[in-house]
Amino acid sequence: MDAQYKAAIHVTLKASVLDPQGAAVTKALHALGYQDVQDVRVGKFIEVALAAADETSARDAVARMCEQLLTNPVIESYTYELTELTV
Amino acid sequence: MNTAVLQFPGSNCDEDAVKAITQTTGKPAELVWHTAEDLSAFDLIIVPGGFSYGDYLRSGAIARFSPAMSAVREAAERGAYVLGICNGFQILTEAGLLPGALRRNESLQYRCAIVPLTVVRADTPFTSGYTTGEEIYIPIAHGDGNYYVDDATLALMEQRGQILFRYAKEHNPNGSVDDIAGVMNERGNVLGMMPHPERAMHEWLGSADGARLFASILTTWRNAHEHANA
Repeated sequence: MDAQYKAAIHVTLKASVLDPQGAAVTKALHALGYQDVQDVRVGKFIEVALAAADETSARDAVARMCEQLLTNPVIESYTYELTELTV
Repeated sequence: MNTAVLQFPGSNCDEDAVKAITQTTGKPAELVWHTAEDLSAFDLIIVPGGFSYGDYLRSGAIARFSPAMSAVREAAERGAYVLGICNGFQILTEAGLLPGALRRNESLQYRCAIVPLTVVRADTPFTSGYTTGEEIYIPIAHGDGNYYVDDATLALMEQRGQILFRYAKEHNPNGSVDDIAGVMNERGNVLGMMPHPERAMHEWLGSADGARLFASILTTWRNAHEHANA
């Protein structure tokens, strides 16, 4: 029987791509007195619940979802943590 | 020349595109729902502006998986003309039919204005009615129009003449690299642009400069077909 997994996916613009939202938030934090803030990157958090035979196939599926739909590889990169849900 | 104007849930410039075609070319244009799987009857396919699927996830990210987009890819491969305007441009980049991607505007503001553009090349199917270097006025209306492409790809695109429109100097409204407003594929039959030529059809709309883009496509199509039939 398939196991249940939860993937917590973080999507951000690649380091080489200027992030206009991050730049605006950096400025706002500076204005609030947080002078030590050096950089802010704004991204997305996506949570995917899925069933898979094992961890390897779950990871494989999550990576394919990220490449195909959840991110645009031209401008974005992603990381994710996978947790197996205990029933 | 038969034109299809695609409709996705959330398209809102579809009717304008139909009118632009029928009024400038006198040729038929048909609205085609995004579930269509066969576009073989069409010589020109317009992917119109709007907010397909509410711009959820990313602009154009979900629409690119519509059945009609597979048909658009086939149409592009057989040499039909494909024009993506605004959200249509975003969909074409997401689908990989055009290079690059559209980010949030640098200002983070939605920009709605008539902007001056420079016609970079007037020797293409889409721009033959203009002159190279001409300044034209076309409206923009977008929040995610900030064109990005990496330096190596940009150099290649310049070399291949894939950049058709730039925002005029000092008039870049969104932070696009190299002031890019419209790009073409390598083969020269797919154009994507953020400005809306279908909204610049009459002087009383503020500009009639968009009409020549549609007229250019008809002229190119007519030349190709009249020669073929002669």
